[in-house]
Amino acid sequence: MVSNPGTAQANNACTDASINASGISKLFGKVQALGKVNLAVAPGTVFALLGPNGSGKTTLVRILTTLLIPDSGTAKVGGYNVIREAQSVRSIIGLSGQYPAVEEILTGKENLEMIGELYHLGKSKAKARAAELLEKFELSDSANRKVKTYSGGMRRRLDLAATLVASPPILFLDEPTTGLDPRSRLGLWEVIASQAKECKTVFLTTQYLEEADRLANKIAIIDKGKILREGTNQELKDCCGGDTLVKVRIADRSEILRAINALKELGGDNLHSYPETGEITLPASGGTSLLPEVVRRLDAKKIMIAELGLKSPTLDDVFLSITGHPAEETTVVNSDPIKDTLRK
Amino acid sequence: MRINSNFSNAISDISVMTRRNMLRYIRLPQLLVFNALLNVVLLLLFNYVFGGAINTGGLAYIQYFLPGFLVQSVVFGSTQTSVGLAEDLSKGMIDRFRSLPMFRSAFLTGRVVADVTRYAILIALMIVVGSIMGFRFENGALPALAGVALIILFGIALTWIGVFIGISVRDEETAQVAGFVWVFPLVFASSLYVPIETMPSWLQYFANINPVTPMVDTMRALTLGGNVSASLWKTLVWDLAIVLVFVPLALRRYKLMAQ
Repeated sequence: MVSNPGTAQANNACTDASINASGISKLFGKVQALGKVNLAVAPGTVFALLGPNGSGKTTLVRILTTLLIPDSGTAKVGGYNVIREAQSVRSIIGLSGQYPAVEEILTGKENLEMIGELYHLGKSKAKARAAELLEKFELSDSANRKVKTYSGGMRRRLDLAATLVASPPILFLDEPTTGLDPRSRLGLWEVIASQAKECKTVFLTTQYLEEADRLANKIAIIDKGKILREGTNQELKDCCGGDTLVKVRIADRSEILRAINALKELGGDNLHSYPETGEITLPASGGTSLLPEVVRRLDAKKIMIAELGLKSPTLDDVFLSITGHPAEETTVVNSDPIKDTLRK
Repeated sequence: MRINSNFSNAISDISVMTRRNMLRYIRLPQLLVFNALLNVVLLLLFNYVFGGAINTGGLAYIQYFLPGFLVQSVVFGSTQTSVGLAEDLSKGMIDRFRSLPMFRSAFLTGRVVADVTRYAILIALMIVVGSIMGFRFENGALPALAGVALIILFGIALTWIGVFIGISVRDEETAQVAGFVWVFPLVFASSLYVPIETMPSWLQYFANINPVTPMVDTMRALTLGGNVSASLWKTLVWDLAIVLVFVPLALRRYKLMAQ
């Protein structure tokens, strides 16, 4: 069994609700969706799997939630084998898939009661639990309306409520905030964060570094079915230049090589460029004092700046640091003429 | 929490899933309404357009035809099972159901139970419309009820074929077309519309082994009077055979969704 507690401490007050996977592989036709994935999630912690579309996040979630059988490898959820003891796994997990799985023609209340009954809570307990969750997720006013009249954010909340019906100790949330407006996203983050406080183990997938950063104790970065790096939020951000980056976009993209040369000294290994947009990012290690320095250096070379500011690193920045290419759905790995030039 | 695989949980899961599917028919009544309307239109058309041209040996065509038409409604009904199931499987809800600790086959069984309930409603309606058109159960109420029960049993068996097809194609439009492929020969190359003796001999061969033929013959005998036993045992054997083949096939397909 893979044991990699990292720096994320297991919350000892929580029952054993760990997730362990070793050597998980899955092939779809000729496409390797997952290649020998190992991971360990300590009980009572929030684990985020961060990666672009098509990186294998959903496939891994489907395997861990017994929906899909891997070609090889083993996985245990809460101590139960996901293949041999699938039914036991199902009784201790809650799954919120990539798209809200709620019944359009049923009301919010009926949806939750149905799930409660299918968890075998019994009719009256299912009713009580549904009312409680509708209240908690601010859906009480719409409880008796058909879900097809719900907004995207409301569906998401109802979907999340449905995963919590039986209070399972382990939650799988597959891109829970994709497609939500910023306000709904913040609301959902609060809900997820509160689950972690209640001793739940949360396995979360996301495309947003910010989301993983906000919610998770530990983050793993996945690309093309392989875990590229795993660590705490800080460890990951450190590898791409810390919490804050300076982003500069030059007016004339053809001058990007000159601009890189001008700023190389400031950014070192963590200077990254996006030739197609004329953007350069570098770690803002010296705080805002770096901004005038960037202006001075570019000015000295008479390079016009179109945009300049500070920003938090995104999935793209982390990817670029780790792989040398931005996170992309399509997997075109071209040699980077600019990097090549710089190496010379 | 315990693993609940005992009998009462299984029954509870099936009833929850049945209710879910029934609610669909209640909340989207147009589904049922158009289905019923189509059957009424077909009944009128076949009776008044073709009825006069088909020689049924002095018997009013509605008397000859309606018992078969009741059988036809469950045969066509089973193609809608494929479509409904394919639609279900193409949506996210199936992942939620499969991730719950519920009785594994409740998802499929619940649909079968709901669809069979739909057949019963449809059959009742067809009998009412048929009566207005002059149809009578000449052999009494008890044989008539037994006949309806047999048709529903036949419907249960065929619905599992529909389930198997729906779960195999997993696409609504394909399910629709796939349904026609197997249903049309069964309905038309049988004793349902015309006496088998009027068909070319090679087709008579098929019509005689077609499961629809003994079912229709049984219903006709129960309605009009006549020898039931010959066709009755054939139809029961068919019901059993279809269930024994298609229930395991459908359950296997459902399980293989995890591959």
